[in-house]
Amino acid sequence: MALPPLDSPQWQSPWRAFAWGLRSITQTILTIVLFVTYLGIGALAHDTHFSLAWALASTLFVWAGPAQIILITTLGSGATIIQSAIAVTVSAIRLFPMVVSVLPLMRTPTTKRRELFFAAHLTAVTLWVECHRFLPQVPRERRIAFVNGLGFGLVSVCLVANTVGYFLAANLTQTLGAAILLLTPLSFLFSTARNSREVGDVVALALGILLYPLAAKMNSGLDILISGVVAGTIAYGVHWWREVRA
Amino acid sequence: MSFAQLIGDWHALVVLFVAGVVPNQIWRMLGLWFGGGIDEGSELLVWVRAVATAILAGVIAQIVVEPPGALATVPDVLRYGAVGAGLVVFLLTRRSIFAGVVTGEVFMLAGKWWLG
Repeated sequence: MALPPLDSPQWQSPWRAFAWGLRSITQTILTIVLFVTYLGIGALAHDTHFSLAWALASTLFVWAGPAQIILITTLGSGATIIQSAIAVTVSAIRLFPMVVSVLPLMRTPTTKRRELFFAAHLTAVTLWVECHRFLPQVPRERRIAFVNGLGFGLVSVCLVANTVGYFLAANLTQTLGAAILLLTPLSFLFSTARNSREVGDVVALALGILLYPLAAKMNSGLDILISGVVAGTIAYGVHWWREVRA
Repeated sequence: MSFAQLIGDWHALVVLFVAGVVPNQIWRMLGLWFGGGIDEGSELLVWVRAVATAILAGVIAQIVVEPPGALATVPDVLRYGAVGAGLVVFLLTRRSIFAGVVTGEVFMLAGKWWLG
């Protein structure tokens, strides 16, 4: 499927643009990665005793895989609401630069802020990557409708994946249930590694994994935060040493 | 599974909003509100991205090191081995997410079957 040329009458209706966005979910491998990740999240929610409605609501209203996993694993392992909220909010800071960089791609001089609300909500790593790929092929005045369609499609796929994962975890043998839970760390690790372009990104990922078991020994309830801030700061130091100082 | 089990209790949904939705969404809304004035390449944002990546890495490690639910029935060596094997294939296939995930899964399932 190729998108119609920029001057095609296909782009005259915002609903058509929405439909083209929706159809574009079939044009990216990231849709499968998301499906697999959310299959795992559905299974994880089941095994940590959350309801299916809870899992679906988290996908609909949080719409950020890492935040959802952090929320489920921290609450599931007995953290307080405050501890979970802190870990979630720190993991979500990365959404800020994403929203900042992606919204100018679809803004026109007459765009009102509220028209960008859904695009901002839908922004997460997958949408961010795909916007940079698809939007140059979409006329600027139809980009918001296109992104809403793309995001709507991705959310729908993930809601289905959650439901399937939840019931698989409830009904499969223990070994297959474990296989579904293992999908989440694998898909996160490799999709993050794939997006790591600079040395600093690789250092942040590798050190973040290696320092976690050490931080967990301190048993503070903020393990992920501590290892994350330390590893991220060291990674920034590496970036600074190579780029800024040079 | 009954309908009530699928909905769960309302208390859990309130916790979802307080601990999950609000702390997550606040950053998107700040981006929507103040995004115009911030330089995307600023050093502060580079640090923020590095910390966010490392936190995600910690989450990955937590699931493997302190596995939830059914994953806890898989021996340590198989969980670490699955991630290691997946990583090797991911790198050998010039960063194919698909190849890495499939390899990790096959390693774990084959190991489980081997150990009985």
